Amino acid sequence: MNVDVNAIFQIAGIGIIIAMIHTVLKQMGKEDMAHWVTLIGFVVVLFMVVRLLDRLFEQIKAIFLFQ
Amino acid sequence: MDILQIVALGFLVTILSLVLREQKPAFAFLLTVFAGLAIFLMLLEQIRFVVRTLEQLADQTGVNTAYLKTILKIIGVAYIAELGAQAVRDAGQESMAAKIELAGKMIIIVMAVPIITVIVETVLKLLPA
Repeated sequence: MNVDVNAIFQIAGIGIIIAMIHTVLKQMGKEDMAHWVTLIGFVVVLFMVVRLLDRLFEQIKAIFLFQ
Repeated sequence: MDILQIVALGFLVTILSLVLREQKPAFAFLLTVFAGLAIFLMLLEQIRFVVRTLEQLADQTGVNTAYLKTILKIIGVAYIAELGAQAVRDAGQESMAAKIELAGKMIIIVMAVPIITVIVETVLKLLPA
């Protein structure tokens, strides 16, 4: 399997932990910090997804479009 | 191919995304997209094998390579459009998915125009003047 399945668990873990941090920060009354944390976590996960998407498109191009 | 692994992966991602959706829907969406991309990447090795075989067959039988290239391009466009549309549909943006599918269909038709032209020309040649 050439794709790292661990990355999927990483994404799920990041999501759960970010949700926890968000709740804790909200309880502490730091709403803006909570939103920043969510945003940064989202960007990190988005970066992983976009990198995989780039890899997929490169491979599809190599196989189907230009040979 | 290790179909068991893929099915297990699908179940796992479904459960994880169900858990995550309650807290952060956006993360659940990204998780499903990532899993879809991963599964597709696994399948791509198999697809490469099939495509190579098709190319060899075309070489042996002397089919015009331009036709085969066009067909492969069309298949590629169909795969990409389908993947994107499904991912967007998962996020609940039905109309955006419809637009992506429309774009895919249009691009496929445009790519198929040369082949259709050749077919029509051949038929016209066969007809008595």
